Amino acid sequence: MDYLLAAFAWLADSSHWTGRSGIPNRLLQHLAVTSVVVSIAAVIALPIGILIGHTHRGSGVVGAIVGAARSIPTLGLLTLFGLGLGIGLRAPILALVVLAMPSLLAGAYAGIETVKPEVTDAARAIGLSEWQIVSRVEIPLSAPVIIGGIRSATLQVVSTATLAAYIADAGLGRFLFTGLKTRDYAQMVGGAIMVITLALILELILAGIQRLARRISHPQLLTTTMKRN
Amino acid sequence: MIEFQRVSKTYPGGFEAVREFSLVIPDRSIFVLVGSSGSGKTTLLRMVNRMIEPTSGRVLIDDEDVRDQDPVQLRRSIGYVLQDGGLMPHRNVLDNVVAVPILNGVSRLVAHGSAKKLLEQVGLTPDLGHRYPAQLSGGQRQRVGVARALAANPTILLMDEPFGAVDPIVRRELQDELKALQAELGKTIVFVTHDVDEAVRLADYMAVLAEHAIIAQVGSPQSILAQPADDFVRDFVGTDSQRVLTVRQVGGRDLAIDATGRPVGVLS
Amino acid sequence: MKWLSQNWEHVIGLMVNHLLLAIPAIVMSVIIAVPLGRLAQQKPWLGKPLLSFATLMYAVPSLPLLVIIPSVLGLPLRSSATMIVALTLYGVALMVRTAADGFASIDQGTHEAAIAIGHSRRSLFWKVNLPLAIPVLASGVRVVVVSTIALVTIGALLGQSSLGTLLTDGFQRGIVAEVLTGVVLTIVLAVLLDLLVVLAKNLLAPWVRSGRAAV
Repeated sequence: MDYLLAAFAWLADSSHWTGRSGIPNRLLQHLAVTSVVVSIAAVIALPIGILIGHTHRGSGVVGAIVGAARSIPTLGLLTLFGLGLGIGLRAPILALVVLAMPSLLAGAYAGIETVKPEVTDAARAIGLSEWQIVSRVEIPLSAPVIIGGIRSATLQVVSTATLAAYIADAGLGRFLFTGLKTRDYAQMVGGAIMVITLALILELILAGIQRLARRISHPQLLTTTMKRN
Repeated sequence: MIEFQRVSKTYPGGFEAVREFSLVIPDRSIFVLVGSSGSGKTTLLRMVNRMIEPTSGRVLIDDEDVRDQDPVQLRRSIGYVLQDGGLMPHRNVLDNVVAVPILNGVSRLVAHGSAKKLLEQVGLTPDLGHRYPAQLSGGQRQRVGVARALAANPTILLMDEPFGAVDPIVRRELQDELKALQAELGKTIVFVTHDVDEAVRLADYMAVLAEHAIIAQVGSPQSILAQPADDFVRDFVGTDSQRVLTVRQVGGRDLAIDATGRPVGVLS
Repeated sequence: MKWLSQNWEHVIGLMVNHLLLAIPAIVMSVIIAVPLGRLAQQKPWLGKPLLSFATLMYAVPSLPLLVIIPSVLGLPLRSSATMIVALTLYGVALMVRTAADGFASIDQGTHEAAIAIGHSRRSLFWKVNLPLAIPVLASGVRVVVVSTIALVTIGALLGQSSLGTLLTDGFQRGIVAEVLTGVVLTIVLAVLLDLLVVLAKNLLAPWVRSGRAAV
């Protein structure tokens, strides 16, 4: 408990809120890394997932990738990339992109997959092109699930970006590692509190967005799920 | 003897399933409660083994209020057969049959010994014993359900639309076997169905139930078919239409002809 | 391979440490998550907030959690207790929803039939509901097993010895073979334990396979 109090004192100290290694700058770095990583991973993984979901080809591969990804130690991937690419942001960003892709892929694939074949059949029958079926029927209907994938990918990246500070001088994770090395436990616990708060705020925001998407794309589902519960 | 004394049941939410129901079910007979869905017949059946508690009134077995008995012990002492058998999907046939004796503390070895005889009694070969319910046909599952109900040697059997999930031919077979079994074992059987034909075929006595389980008529199948108490019963048992037969002579024999003009049998 | 052949005794020791952290956490997770899942399924007013809390819990990053737990519980920073508590929290958060789904998957007719033939409340849970939930519960345990084995490596950053030590040590000394050994063995361990769970499920729930064979 003493560490906790010391950590809050550390967080309240205004001198920790300025400069290159200050909390605002570290927070910005953390958010920048997260958004860059999720954007790159999404640009790659979402189209592939949507394609697989639309064509129903290669669905087994998605399952295997997602299952296997869970067993890969994130720290292992980070250190391997760090050793291969050297100090700097390139290694953690690449490693994080790799880690973010399975959730995005699974979300996109599973989302499109859940759209009933009768619905796409009907869309085809009234004369929509394949591209129109994807963009006007499948993506809107599966938006909640796709956003769910983005949600879990983002949270994983925010979390793992903390570890990235182990191989690069960036993000809120620096407070943890500096604190650990110099036995400055106030800084270490303070950094931990910052990361956890950030993750929880992001989780709540993304969960809210997902709920909104669900309400827009399946207005009728809302009442049935409420009845079931 | 099972006795319902002014039993009522209103479900939370206000649905009145049973209103002031009184009936005496004699020992060693098949008593069929027949009515359309929502007539409260299943509610009545489940009051006997306290799956459902009446809102008011009493249910007595051999002059003893079921409410004075522990519900779990009561249920183990009464055989219960459900639609599609109500078997435990994770237990094989043998273990399903002996479920109640084992709950009562009989050792598995002893119980399995008697299970083979029970299987034969309901027309199954003992080598089915190691199959799981999902590996049986609907009729076989139903037979296992009957064997399970008999396993603890109860005096009362409750049967809730037991043959509803099997095809008509197998249903007919199961009905005949049930009659034979009853003649042999002399159980008190309370049987619930919405199928009038089934009721007529099985019943020693039957009660035709209207809404809220109000008894429209009670008596032997013969008396009900011969003298329907009112238009409701007449309509329900169908004596106005499909059950009316006429006789026509063809080639020196008397053929029984139904309402649609189809011959259904020969008079002797 | 050369690095491994020179250091295999050390590696085996780390693997044992890895399991000593992971297995108690996995067992605790299951023991806690199954009753919680049952409760959540039976009492939705309690279940809804419980499941939301579990989702939120799983969103908490692992390294910061490992740092916070000692200061909240008064445990030393480098202790297996800290590690096991954190892993158990994640395990429960991951599994509680699956456990609730598992109990919800039981056919209502079967449940009623079990009561009707005279199961007591206790035997209803142990002999009917719990075994019937096994197939779904096992899928939850598999996820917990694989993610726990991977998560244990994070402890190495705080000096907790496990296969993760190969990752931090290998990185600091620049030995790729050491890091690679750590990654591969962590995955192998996860796959082996996962197989064990599948095996156990097939033993405990034989009706699932034979049922499918009949159709």
